[in-house]
Amino acid sequence: MDAMPPRRFDLLAWARTQLFSGPLNIALTLLGLWLLWLTVPPLIDWALLKAQFVGSSREDCGGEGACWVFVRVHLPQFLYGFYPEEQRWRVNLGVLLLALFALPLAWRRLRENVWVWVGLLVVYPLLAWWLFHGGLGLPEVETSRWGGLFLTLVVAGASMSAALPLGILLALGRRSSLPAVKAVCTVFIEFWRGVPHITVLFMASVMLPLFLPAGVDLDKLLRALIGVAVFAGAYMAEVIRGGLQGVPAGQLEAAKALGLSYWQQMRLVVLPQALRLVIPGIVNVFIALFKDTSLVLIIGLFDLLGMVQAAVTNPQWLGYAVEGYVFAALVFWLFCYGMSVLSRRLERRLNVGRHVPEDLA
Amino acid sequence: MNDVQEAVRFERVNKWFGRLHVLRDIDLSVRAGERIVICGPSGSGKSTLIRCVNRLEKHQQGRLLVNGVELTDDRKRTERIRREVGMVFQHFELFPHLTVLENCTLAPIHVRGMGRAEAEALAMEYLARVRIPDKAHSYPGQLSGGQQQRVAIARALCMQPKIMLFDEPTSALDPEMIKEVLDVMVELAASGMTMLCVTHEMGFAREVADRVVFMDEGRIVEAADPETFFSAPQSERARQFLGQILRR
Repeated sequence: MDAMPPRRFDLLAWARTQLFSGPLNIALTLLGLWLLWLTVPPLIDWALLKAQFVGSSREDCGGEGACWVFVRVHLPQFLYGFYPEEQRWRVNLGVLLLALFALPLAWRRLRENVWVWVGLLVVYPLLAWWLFHGGLGLPEVETSRWGGLFLTLVVAGASMSAALPLGILLALGRRSSLPAVKAVCTVFIEFWRGVPHITVLFMASVMLPLFLPAGVDLDKLLRALIGVAVFAGAYMAEVIRGGLQGVPAGQLEAAKALGLSYWQQMRLVVLPQALRLVIPGIVNVFIALFKDTSLVLIIGLFDLLGMVQAAVTNPQWLGYAVEGYVFAALVFWLFCYGMSVLSRRLERRLNVGRHVPEDLA
Repeated sequence: MNDVQEAVRFERVNKWFGRLHVLRDIDLSVRAGERIVICGPSGSGKSTLIRCVNRLEKHQQGRLLVNGVELTDDRKRTERIRREVGMVFQHFELFPHLTVLENCTLAPIHVRGMGRAEAEALAMEYLARVRIPDKAHSYPGQLSGGQQQRVAIARALCMQPKIMLFDEPTSALDPEMIKEVLDVMVELAASGMTMLCVTHEMGFAREVADRVVFMDEGRIVEAADPETFFSAPQSERARQFLGQILRR
């Protein structure tokens, strides 16, 4: 087969066809350039050129640009919340341990190993809880003192890893041939989807304790986690149900014909295909969930945005709200964009070997 | 009654899809090692008939015995019977997320509890028999239709079934790929496998079938050895059908 001739990029030709191909396009291109000229240079001026980066107090601020000293001074709070300073190594160690537990996933062989997942989804959470919360030799740090990006990641990570399995079970249940299972799952999904997220959080923080037997006191953070996970799980269930419907009926028949049991049919044949069909939808729920962690503010937990909010209303630092919010937005964006990039890579890798015509393979 | 020499036994089996009566009073007995070709116009119930054998469809009246075991709603029993009955589909239905080798080892490992190495050795043996061992590590999407169907046959054989069902295995193939699949099926027939094939390949029927079963409107209209069936069909309906199919 001949190699495709290399194409050289011709800027002028490209501009002529893409930007200036007619009067309307010329007008739109000029309008676009003008808008960019209006917005980008002042933004760069403010955020970088005229900004103040060094210093340690409000007195170092001044001038027309942004004062990033505000972020620099409050950074520990933004990251750790009210976690005691001398105990913050525990949070850092926790993050390090997570990376360590997730490391085996880099190898394909290990990715299919049950113990790797047990470590990540069972052992690590317990270990992390002990490390962060304390007890058994470590000084206790109440969850009310957790905060900042640390809290955001705890809430997001825990509810994501609970929402996906929950969503899978609910989606399978909703398609079950057993009427009772189907009814319970349908009602569950429709109930949680029909209630505003804020209501769920209020219910988790105010109502849940009323249903618990006297003397049992569930941690406030734990209640919020359950609320977020159940809410996201209901959305996840519908995304996954869409994927299940995308798997041809013949696949299920082939699995049955081989003598696989129901759970084997689902685990080995249907779910692997259904889940990869809806990776964009799953990541969509994850991203929404990540940003919704900020809602825990309304039940008195201070996530990253909550900490920024607290800092900008600090009378000593009035007037630096924009810097604070820009910083919070940037951090949120980095994490969400990161998830988006990961999901696209995952999609590409999982598409290996599908629908490649013989003569091109 | 539970004669082990009898692979499949239909006793006055009836089935409806809603109000449509798709199987009417089916009586059929298949000996172990017998090769049956089932033909008939579309909608005559021939696919439904063989799909009842591994309970992809449930019959609603009558009795159906496979290897002497009656098919019932008992799920464990159904799964046990399915292990002994291989099936090949019109549209192959290979699992697209698994390689050819993984397709073949999936059921032996998870249903039979075989070790991976043993299952892979077995799979390679059957892939060699369907003449496609070099594609073991390809994905189904990288194979031609004929290759996919041969892999599907190997996948079914890896469970070492006593009975093989074929549901129009060549209908979705380009003409030049039909032969490679039929060749494999002829070889399989020669090995003594019990086979129930729904197919319009009359050459195949003539060559390997012990009996040809002709169906129309949910009934078995006639069943005879291929020689008799092709040279002297008893019913007007069969004569008509053969006239149309052989003229092509």
